[in-house]
Amino acid sequence: MTINLNVNGKTETVDAAPGTPLLWVLRDHLKMTGTKFGCGIAQCGACTVHVDGTPTRSCVTAHDSLGDAKVTTIEGVTGKAADAIRKIWVKNDVPQCGYCQSGQIMAATALLAKNSNPSDDDIDAAMSGNICRCATYMSIRRAIKETAG
Amino acid sequence: MFLHDIGIIPGGTKSGAPTSDHPAILNLSRRGFVAGTSLFVVGVALVGCSSYVEPKIDPNAIDLPKAGPSPLMEVKGGDATPALWIAIEENGAVKITCHRSEMGQQVWTSMAQIVADELEAEWDKVEIVQAEGHERYGDQNTDGSRSVRYNFHRLRIAGAAMKQMLIEAAAVYWKMEAADCSASQGLVSNNQNSDTLSYGNLAKLAARLQVPEESNVALKDPKDWRYINKEIPSLTIPRITRGEGTFGIDVDRPGMVYAVVARPPQLFGKTGAVRDTATLAIPGVLQTVKLPDPSSPAVFQPLGGVAVVATDTWAAIQGRNALKINWIDGPNASYDSDTFAEQMKQTARRSGAVRRKRGNVASALASAAQKIEAEYYAPHLSQSPMEPPAATAEWDGDKLECWACVQDPQATRQTLSDLLKIDKKNITVHATWLGGAFGRKSKPDFVVEAALIAKEVGKPVKVTWTREDEVRHGFYHSVSAQRLEAGLDADGKCTSYLHRTVFPPIASTFVPGMDVPTDGEMGLGATDVPFAMPNLQVESGNAKGHVRIGWLRSVSNIYHAFAVQSFAAEMAHAAGKDQKDYLLELIGEARTIDPNAEGATYPNYDASLEEYPIKTARLTNVVNMVSDMAKWGRKMPAGHGLGIAVHRSFLSYIATIIEVAITPEGALTIPGVWLAADSGTVINPRHARAQMEGGTIYGLSNALFGEITAKNGAVVQENFPSWRVLRMGEAPRAFEVQIVNSNSAPAGVGEPATPPAAPALTNAIFNATGHRIRTLPIIGANGSRLILPTDTSARGKE
Repeated sequence: MTINLNVNGKTETVDAAPGTPLLWVLRDHLKMTGTKFGCGIAQCGACTVHVDGTPTRSCVTAHDSLGDAKVTTIEGVTGKAADAIRKIWVKNDVPQCGYCQSGQIMAATALLAKNSNPSDDDIDAAMSGNICRCATYMSIRRAIKETAG
Repeated sequence: MFLHDIGIIPGGTKSGAPTSDHPAILNLSRRGFVAGTSLFVVGVALVGCSSYVEPKIDPNAIDLPKAGPSPLMEVKGGDATPALWIAIEENGAVKITCHRSEMGQQVWTSMAQIVADELEAEWDKVEIVQAEGHERYGDQNTDGSRSVRYNFHRLRIAGAAMKQMLIEAAAVYWKMEAADCSASQGLVSNNQNSDTLSYGNLAKLAARLQVPEESNVALKDPKDWRYINKEIPSLTIPRITRGEGTFGIDVDRPGMVYAVVARPPQLFGKTGAVRDTATLAIPGVLQTVKLPDPSSPAVFQPLGGVAVVATDTWAAIQGRNALKINWIDGPNASYDSDTFAEQMKQTARRSGAVRRKRGNVASALASAAQKIEAEYYAPHLSQSPMEPPAATAEWDGDKLECWACVQDPQATRQTLSDLLKIDKKNITVHATWLGGAFGRKSKPDFVVEAALIAKEVGKPVKVTWTREDEVRHGFYHSVSAQRLEAGLDADGKCTSYLHRTVFPPIASTFVPGMDVPTDGEMGLGATDVPFAMPNLQVESGNAKGHVRIGWLRSVSNIYHAFAVQSFAAEMAHAAGKDQKDYLLELIGEARTIDPNAEGATYPNYDASLEEYPIKTARLTNVVNMVSDMAKWGRKMPAGHGLGIAVHRSFLSYIATIIEVAITPEGALTIPGVWLAADSGTVINPRHARAQMEGGTIYGLSNALFGEITAKNGAVVQENFPSWRVLRMGEAPRAFEVQIVNSNSAPAGVGEPATPPAAPALTNAIFNATGHRIRTLPIIGANGSRLILPTDTSARGKE
């Protein structure tokens, strides 16, 4: 079934089975592998993208449920919050292996866009859905606060 | 100065760049050449107002004796021949080969720091080339926290040798002594004037020179290091923030199809009748492939089962869900981890095999003024890197090419050769970036799956493990039961110490029926115990493996440090003394320990005890450091407690203090962690601190929540809800790391922070509540709080 998706401001035509999660459409059909698979059940946040600006688990979001919603991935996320997050992530060497960081950056960007000066509790609440096994949690917390401060 | 300018502007063009059409001009003697072109060049120089223009070297135009074989193949750590590690391109790009796998420990950056420092390369010209799996690189097994330790010397030699060859090349070109030239930041300078030649320009000429002998390679004085031991930014992270970089799961090949595998729930269970009609009816599913049943020992064989191949991963997963497979019970069908735990505890109560002995523990225990004993249990764990195993394989006739997130591309290649019965020369294995590994990706079973399926399908195949696959079909951290006994004298001083450890060895994965803890595992925190009491005995008890047992970040150190460092605090409590003071008393005076002198067979992480002795002073030092950092002994608020642990592993000395805060209802938070690390020479202190934080949290996650259990031979947990890992909101609010400034030989960084985490935490819980944790996990997958005993008389006894 052919469907048009708005991904990073571009119209992408995809032909995937009905109900196929956005994650696999991005990765396997559009070859945009920046969005990662971690658990497949919305538990780890590695697959986080923005749908109309809201952080969304692409692994449980059917691609054919999106209509003309705007999908933004790590490859395409821009703007003041994203620029600030990328900059501090690089300056502080926040990631380790980096695998979960697409999701972390998408979640942190959405947090910062909504709340320019988040507290530790705000950060924990916004970021606890994103698992990092390298445990960059403290680095992420410090970096978000530094960006805000 | 004009003369110098004249002399090095061959060809007489304004740009100074000769073309290959005029190589002969370089064969002129320097003097003759200058004379022949001076007029024109002087004119240029005048017009250019003294601006120096570097000449382009034609490397083939210079006669050189034929270079012999490299004398640097046998240096410590292996082949240090510069050409193996460094390629300098004409545009000045310095390509450094990294033969170790990048999995977040920043090995790309650290290897490059070592080479580029001695090479005097400009950092922003450095690029990394990831090596394929090949013996020419020496050991590529990226585990054991030894990438720097194994490669520090050889990569320094390689970088320094290359620098010397570049200097020599410039000297040849300038027809002067190399001693009158020097190299800095990508340029060789003529010290008699201000002329320079860039590395990119000199590289091809340098490549024709003889590689110097090791004895003639001068390494930098550490005070002159510009990258080593400096906080150089990561080479991978800028790409990560843009979603770039290729992990194993990201590999794409033309015409590639996607596969997932349904595996037997039990190790050595077999695949019976398969009904795949519903599977094949799912849109996108292309075919199913039955994989061979494995036979004991497991080694790195795939587990068998049925692969579903489809046009995308989702269709393959849907197809797998629709499979009807009759799994046939195997020899592990009766394995129940709860029952087995009781058996192991019983074993730990009986005398075991003596693995280290000092004095006479039995008689000392019998005559002790006070005797204490404790039993500890720790469960199986899963490594669970965020990127699950994933591999892509492609056949071209009898040639096989694989791309995968493997910690050891050489072992992968060897395993493929052994199991697929093809010559290694027909196999290429590319290591991608690894989205975490923690030991899981040192086992290449998933790559063999990809190769088997791709052969059957006739197309490139990517096999992706779902999280459920990773949790249920892993190589698990070994379950363990331990018993410790100690005798204290009337002053509370420890006079005797018995440690008995029981666990299925990793060797059970490789040797059928193997149930004896190996010297290697015993040396991870048991036989290398650094305590000074006059009577000491370390014993092991046997246990069989029923699932695949494998390495997990810091391996047996996890359960050994948990038991030994918890018991140290229990002894302190029995003696009525402060945990830290008693720990220092147990460690005793500054000395060097050799477990081999007391009957142990101690591998010392494959390092010599001469180069890497066990020094108690280094333990004491980190204990004192971390105590200062955490202000040990300060008055704590109600419900708060500090706990301490110290442990040497991977040749590093780590002391950790954790503060817990526990509400009367048992809600547990971690306000702070302090860690002091002595890892010898550290290549990148910032990245080392990150490893210390990460290694600690990994240990805390395991201790608080981690538990893999088995029923009927099958792992019970499935995904992150039932296999629980620590999240942001559960992470410590403050974390301070100090790295000892040391010029000792480099030791491990990736793993050694993990072992002291669990006992520092349980010791803190004891100090906060009086409740002694001897069984892990502390909270578990479903818990939300610490279960405290309601009867206060049970405190400290459990």
